[in-house]
Amino acid sequence: MNEKVKYLLLLMSFALIAMGVYRGEVAEVLQKAINICLECMGIG
Amino acid sequence: MASINRRVVQLASTIIGNGYIEGFAKGTIYRGKLKSVCFPGLNCYSCPGAYTSCPIGSLQSVAAGFKHQVSLYVIGFLMLIGTLGGRLVCGWLCPFGFFQEILYKIPSKKFKLPKLLSKFKYFFLLVFVLLLPAFLTNEVGVGLPYFCKYICPAGTLEAGIPLVIKNAALREAIGILFYWKLGLLIATIIFSMLMSRPFCRAVCPLGAMYSLFNSVSFYRMNVDKTKCTKCNECNKNCPVGIKVYENANSPECIRCGKCIGKCPTNAVKSCFITHKKGRFNHEKVLDAGSGADNCH
Repeated sequence: MNEKVKYLLLLMSFALIAMGVYRGEVAEVLQKAINICLECMGIG
Repeated sequence: MASINRRVVQLASTIIGNGYIEGFAKGTIYRGKLKSVCFPGLNCYSCPGAYTSCPIGSLQSVAAGFKHQVSLYVIGFLMLIGTLGGRLVCGWLCPFGFFQEILYKIPSKKFKLPKLLSKFKYFFLLVFVLLLPAFLTNEVGVGLPYFCKYICPAGTLEAGIPLVIKNAALREAIGILFYWKLGLLIATIIFSMLMSRPFCRAVCPLGAMYSLFNSVSFYRMNVDKTKCTKCNECNKNCPVGIKVYENANSPECIRCGKCIGKCPTNAVKSCFITHKKGRFNHEKVLDAGSGADNCH
């Protein structure tokens, strides 16, 4: 049972990554990450 | 796996993940395309040395935007890492976990973390990382990374302090929130000297996420019940207080492998299990948690 679940999860993870890339989330992540996050620092 | 020096791996992960020296020297951050990739451990993307993104920060930033309420890209990435290793990243690659382990080495009276507190990290994941950034938004639908803003001590340590030291403009912008987060960092440091990995066990939303996969991941801990004498050496040496012989793949296990080296009968093992291997030798070697697979 566990064996099938982990392969299913593996497939799902690739599918979710692909869907995220398709939705343009990579650019969103990049946009946030290349600017100093004031909230993370405790300033913003 | 256990024969590899874990400290070397933890140090290498911390240095490689935060190797942008120019950022530390100039008080800036790396702005290259590698930042679109998440680091598997908790590592603030505003750390001057960080080459990659923090998955928890990225999860919140996408949810806080007005386009999507959940990031499939980041959830998929976390699911992939979790399915492969469970909390293996916590024990081997996370810079903030490494930081707490070093602090615990400082001689002082040591205490056990109350078990109930280990449930709190799921609250932080659900409320501060997933729900608040997506639903507590302003009039145009933009939210905030609430976990980063109000709780995360890694951000203060890795981004706040080095950037404030080097950057005069940021230094002038310091307010009460900075001191709140500085206080949380100091509290984390003090608790880390007294207890083993308190932040990982009670607060870390990344650890909470990976813990969901411990029972099904490809990388597994296993106990050979024909060898185990229940001497409790595994439990005594476990940094997160697990009775390995009762639940080898507990959600709390960070797969550090200390129990493997300390077991006097070599009953504890770890390995990557594939479909065919999992069926081999099934009756002889039982997983203490699920009884479904084995290591050789």
